[in-house]
Amino acid sequence: MRHNSETVYVHCEVLKAEYNVTHLGGFLFRLNAASMSTTALYNDHGGAEAAVEAGLESTPTSSGSTGAAFGLFSADFKKNEDLKEMLESNKESLKLEAMKRVVGLIAKGKNASELFPAVVKNVASKNIELKKLVYVYLVRYAEEQQDLALLSISTFQRALKEPNQFIRASALRVLSSIRVPIIVPIMMLAIKEAAADMSPYVRKTSAHAIQKLYSLDPDQKEQLIEVIEKLLKDKSTLVAGSVVVAFEEVCPDRIDLIHKNYRKLCNLLVDVEEWGQVVIISMLTRYARTQFTSPWKEGASFEENNEKAFYASDSEEKSERTEAEAYVMDPDHRLLLRNTKPLLQSRNTAVVMSVAQLYWHLAPRHEVNLVTKSLVRLLRSHREVQYIVLQNIATMSIQRKGMFEPYMKSFYVRSTDATHIKTLKLEILTNLANEANISTILREFQTYVKSQDKAFAAATIQAIGRCATNISEVTDTCLNGLVLLLSNRDETVVAESVVVIKKLLQTQPTQHSEIIKHMAKLFDNITVSMARASILWLMGEYCDRVPKIAPDVLRKMAKSFTAEEDIVKLQTVNLAAKLYLTNSKQTKLLTQYILNLGKYDQSYDIRDRTRFIRQLIVPNEKSGALNKYARRILLAPKPAPVLESAFKDRDRYQLGTLSHSLNSKASGYQELSDWPAVAPDQSVRNVEVVEPVQEWAPSVGKTKKLKSDDKFYSDNEEEKAEEESESSEGSSSSSSSSSGESSSESEEQSSEESDKTSSDSGKSSSGSEETSSGSDSQQKKKKKTKKAPQKKSKTAAASSDSDENGNGPVVKDSSSSDESSSGSEDDSDSDAAAAPTTQQQKKSDRKPGPKVKSEVEVSLLDLVDFSPAPTNAPKGPVVSPSLLSDLEGLSLSNTSSTMQVTAPSFGPVKTYELLHHMTGKGLSAKYHFPRQPCLHQPGMVAVQVTLSNGSDRSLEEIHVGDRSPASLNIHCFNTIERLEPEASVTVSMGIDFSDSTQAANFQLCTKEDGFSVSIQPAVGELLMPSSLSEQDFSREQGKLLGMNETSATVAMATANASSQAVKQRVLSVANVGEVPSGQDVAHSSGRGSR
Amino acid sequence: MIHSLFLINHSGDIFLEKHWKSVISRSVCDYFFEAKEKAAEPENVAPVLQTPHHYLITIYRGKLFFLSVVQTEAPPLFVIEFLHRVADIFQDYFGECSESVIKDNVVTVYELLEEMLDNGFPLATESNVLKEMIRPPTILRSVVNTLTGTWSNVGDTLPTGQLSNIPWRRAGVKYTNNEAYFDVIEEIDAIVDKSGTTVCAEIQGVIEACVRLTGMPDLTLSFMNPRLLDDVSFHPCVRFKRWESERALSFIPPDGNFTLMNYHVSSQNLVALPVYVKQSISFFDSGPCGRLDITVGPKQTMGKTVEALMVTIHMPKAVLSANLTATQGSYTYDLATKVLVWDIGKLNPQKLPNLKGSLSLQAGAPKPEDNPSLNIDLKIQQMAISGLKVSRLEMFGEKYKPFKGVKYLTKAGKFQVRT
Repeated sequence: MRHNSETVYVHCEVLKAEYNVTHLGGFLFRLNAASMSTTALYNDHGGAEAAVEAGLESTPTSSGSTGAAFGLFSADFKKNEDLKEMLESNKESLKLEAMKRVVGLIAKGKNASELFPAVVKNVASKNIELKKLVYVYLVRYAEEQQDLALLSISTFQRALKEPNQFIRASALRVLSSIRVPIIVPIMMLAIKEAAADMSPYVRKTSAHAIQKLYSLDPDQKEQLIEVIEKLLKDKSTLVAGSVVVAFEEVCPDRIDLIHKNYRKLCNLLVDVEEWGQVVIISMLTRYARTQFTSPWKEGASFEENNEKAFYASDSEEKSERTEAEAYVMDPDHRLLLRNTKPLLQSRNTAVVMSVAQLYWHLAPRHEVNLVTKSLVRLLRSHREVQYIVLQNIATMSIQRKGMFEPYMKSFYVRSTDATHIKTLKLEILTNLANEANISTILREFQTYVKSQDKAFAAATIQAIGRCATNISEVTDTCLNGLVLLLSNRDETVVAESVVVIKKLLQTQPTQHSEIIKHMAKLFDNITVSMARASILWLMGEYCDRVPKIAPDVLRKMAKSFTAEEDIVKLQTVNLAAKLYLTNSKQTKLLTQYILNLGKYDQSYDIRDRTRFIRQLIVPNEKSGALNKYARRILLAPKPAPVLESAFKDRDRYQLGTLSHSLNSKASGYQELSDWPAVAPDQSVRNVEVVEPVQEWAPSVGKTKKLKSDDKFYSDNEEEKAEEESESSEGSSSSSSSSSGESSSESEEQSSEESDKTSSDSGKSSSGSEETSSGSDSQQKKKKKTKKAPQKKSKTAAASSDSDENGNGPVVKDSSSSDESSSGSEDDSDSDAAAAPTTQQQKKSDRKPGPKVKSEVEVSLLDLVDFSPAPTNAPKGPVVSPSLLSDLEGLSLSNTSSTMQVTAPSFGPVKTYELLHHMTGKGLSAKYHFPRQPCLHQPGMVAVQVTLSNGSDRSLEEIHVGDRSPASLNIHCFNTIERLEPEASVTVSMGIDFSDSTQAANFQLCTKEDGFSVSIQPAVGELLMPSSLSEQDFSREQGKLLGMNETSATVAMATANASSQAVKQRVLSVANVGEVPSGQDVAHSSGRGSR
Repeated sequence: MIHSLFLINHSGDIFLEKHWKSVISRSVCDYFFEAKEKAAEPENVAPVLQTPHHYLITIYRGKLFFLSVVQTEAPPLFVIEFLHRVADIFQDYFGECSESVIKDNVVTVYELLEEMLDNGFPLATESNVLKEMIRPPTILRSVVNTLTGTWSNVGDTLPTGQLSNIPWRRAGVKYTNNEAYFDVIEEIDAIVDKSGTTVCAEIQGVIEACVRLTGMPDLTLSFMNPRLLDDVSFHPCVRFKRWESERALSFIPPDGNFTLMNYHVSSQNLVALPVYVKQSISFFDSGPCGRLDITVGPKQTMGKTVEALMVTIHMPKAVLSANLTATQGSYTYDLATKVLVWDIGKLNPQKLPNLKGSLSLQAGAPKPEDNPSLNIDLKIQQMAISGLKVSRLEMFGEKYKPFKGVKYLTKAGKFQVRT
């Protein structure tokens, strides 16, 4: 049998040789064949083999037993001996029993490697438990017994082809865990195959195997990256986490691999298993930092303004327009924030923490507060969790006090907390201290100072010191408190107090001589060297304030000098020098005595210092110019120390990381890059197959939000639409914010289709409009002009005006005709509104969740179709009522005028904050000027107010209350009986601003409360577009000078100062129409008096 | 991520090691032992330690240290959470998580650890999934095993949960008695100061469920007053969207025992503490002795009895012994740990329990600086102190009628009275 096992070795030798010369494929084949035959051999001779080997092994034992020292080992051998026998028996149960014992040995960390040959034979066992245990053994010892381990490879290769996915996966797991370099090619092949396996579980295993292979042989990197790239595309939630781990380990810098998968990862995130979520979130944090622009950059004041706007809208309605000029968050950036938010409710603390750090590093400042509650919740978890979370909160609370201030009490210390938890809580409480809460915190600190845990008490004193320096109001109180502590019986407490008092006195060295005197009296009783040194330093520094005491202290020190600690000696020398300079009469001799003592001290630091001081203060012939400045050198005013948090500079590390926890860079830590100044190309994240936008709209069924989400996208979609497919169908061209659904449909076909539908469904009059506008847009498509859709519609509208008004101002005095026309318009209007609705329904299969259309959506959609309408409408200028008029049953009346009021041209709609949900106890309101003639009274300006309920209970009876000035003429909206949580409703109001820009103040009331709000119109909003010929325009212009002039500067880059662009800008600030003009000057007409 | 795991007992013996990547010598634990020496109490050992080449992340649970070795950057909470999950699984499998139990079941433990991590990254941490792969030891099986030795503890098919998107539930669950029980357990965390005023008080709640239902039931649990809940975290089975929109818990439950949700009651609601404590502990300058007098009385118990009342005091080191008389219950004073425990039991409102007597101090030792604080333990059955009430439990997806039950319990969490 000895011979047999030798053959095995021979086989392996041969194999190695072959490996060197033969082709890879050949190798695999041979290896298979060879090892199979050996296993067969083993199985055949199982019994005999055992007997022989037993005999062989026993020989060294018996020979070695002569020495007593070997006794121990021999026992071990004996034990393993019977294991070997059991393993080689024919009985499954014995084998299993043996393997269990072997695993027991491994678990205890005992060496069981000599059993390798006996164990490895069982790798092909039918008994699954036995097999698993053999796997455990193999993985543990394969590295040590590489040659023998090769014998098992064929078994795994066979198992990789098993129909049972579980077997396939575990085979791959073990195969890849065997750290034998020679099988790298086999592993590579297996990984590649498994990456394409049907079963996601096997693919997941292959992702793990990638890392194992990489750590075994980093040269395989390139090939492995290919596999990673492939697996990243995988749509299974099971694979996502594991492949990201592999990505992070193998090629964290290949950020380009993520682009195409970014949106998919974001959307899968919620369904990925919790551990995968953690790694994906932290990887995406890093990714986002390289791809998006900073949401914090704006100037402080600007941010203040936005803060409210943002905050009010959890639902991202947050007025894309308001920020359009300054900062628009990339929709992908928003997508990430939105999809991670629900994970704050995870039971897994690591997930919550990773979301928190994501918000901290990526979210606009005011949104970070979302995570506070969840982080505080984690404090209820295990001690170790608390430790990490508190560390992170400590770092956060330095920068953002406000985040945690409401939860201050959660950081109160309990006597049962572990010391490191206590100090962290203390740190946080100190960070949170401000003028308002300092008294509470100090009261709390008073309890802590008395704690039995003296280390903690000392830390508390430090904390009091920090509060005292940070908040000047309490400095004196703190100082007095600390002085009281000086009479404490515990030495560490006293010492710490002295040190802190010293620092405090230094920051404000005014009339505190009493305290210094007090400390001098205590000096004899204090033994802690640091405290003694501090007192000495104080004496020296303020010796002019305690002229009598200081020399006496020096006298005492001269006596005890030799017995002091180094640090005390140094301060004694300092004190002596300072006193010598200020009060040489009394202290000259003492100083010389001390300097002499110091000269012969054992410590060379002290000898050095003594020599230096002597030269500096005692004038002699050798001392140079410095002598003159001795006083200025030693008694120079010293800057006060700044008491800072130990967590101050921890924010350089990404929160939640090991590096942050240790405050030093851990190996493999990936720096979080700074935001790029300019965002890299966004289109890299577009997936080739044009995905409908809806697909990456949240799968979360928050129906209420859905609408606003789309809104959000539509904003950026405009740019994208241009790039992608020039889809400018009539309905979507005037891109109002709500047209997101339609404008985001970038497939031309569908747009044409929808054109048809809309034209079919229209009535005769509106139908013709629609068709024409449809054909219009098709023409444009052919031309492939790269204009923003809105501009097109605007030009169209303007040109139609010119056609009609070519003969001069058309005067339509009779209000009745206006009425009728508007009436008929209403019909066509609603039809037009119906058209896109059907379109939407057609598309709605793409869109998850039911669609809730609020009124604003309808009205805006309606306008979408409406604004280009006058282009071909034979009726002439049209007043555009919104569907609201139908809804509210109000008749439309317009005043006659010499000038015709035209349809408002659509510029971007700016939304303003009316009521913030924090101040409004959950009720938030925003308003915008729809730029339509007011339906209620001609002189009024129409305002649309969107009310939303951000609280968790429903609000009742929302109505407009008192107004000021009392004369203010407001057409209120009807009282809203009930507004459910998370719901929002849009109402329209009319306000007569009397042509002034004075703010209209009124109260917005709910059943319980009233909130004062005010609407301040911009001048541009008080205007109303009218159509004029150029002549009329100049004539009217002549009349309107002086008081009626309002000028504003519109900033504009000269590069794009095309007339189109100018109009665009002008439109964005004022509600005006365009006057056709031959000149290069753009005129805008607007009627001031309404 | 996680390289190796060492299990270390209270006295510092490594009794189990497991490596998921290459083998790391157990000498790496010496750094931990060093830190453990420095920190007097095992609780005070910092959970994250740095050694020249490795990072050690430790949790301390059930008098055992779970020490994991990490070589590169990894979120510490990730590791800590995982280690706790391991301990939870042990508890689930063996009923407790102690050294002896782990040693007795070392093979099962090893198999579990093998399945839970692959290359240091968690593979299966759901107890349901694991139980399909590795069957927990039962008395029956161990008997059969010793007799025949053939019954395998290991399954050979991939657990259904591992692939489905509800990994927490296995397919084909069958019960003759279908039942679903929910325990609403609330804990009061409070600090009461010397004068009896509440410094801070919060209520944390948890809903523990025990669901034994056949098939794939889809449950909806709704509350009478969900607005009380300020902050919540859920078992992954709970549909977050439904919670957002309706404030109801909708879920397909795991089989067996699990924690459905944790919640925090909004801090605006003032917490009514169920008991008050009158205490006076004083040490005299004159002689080596002190006095102790504690009375506990009911405050706001809403007609329910306070049970399992217990007062624990960590005495200053100088206190040698206590000579006390209790009008109700019994007290013990552990000389080694200096912990005084007064086990009162049921609180009788008519006759308030009182503990009174003298404390003797070590001769010559200075009078203790401050008075020790009191930790209160109590239980109130059939009441959730926040007033949270489950309104109904509905089941969809299955035809049978399950037996349903909800139990309420209020406990003291970290209830501390400063003196």
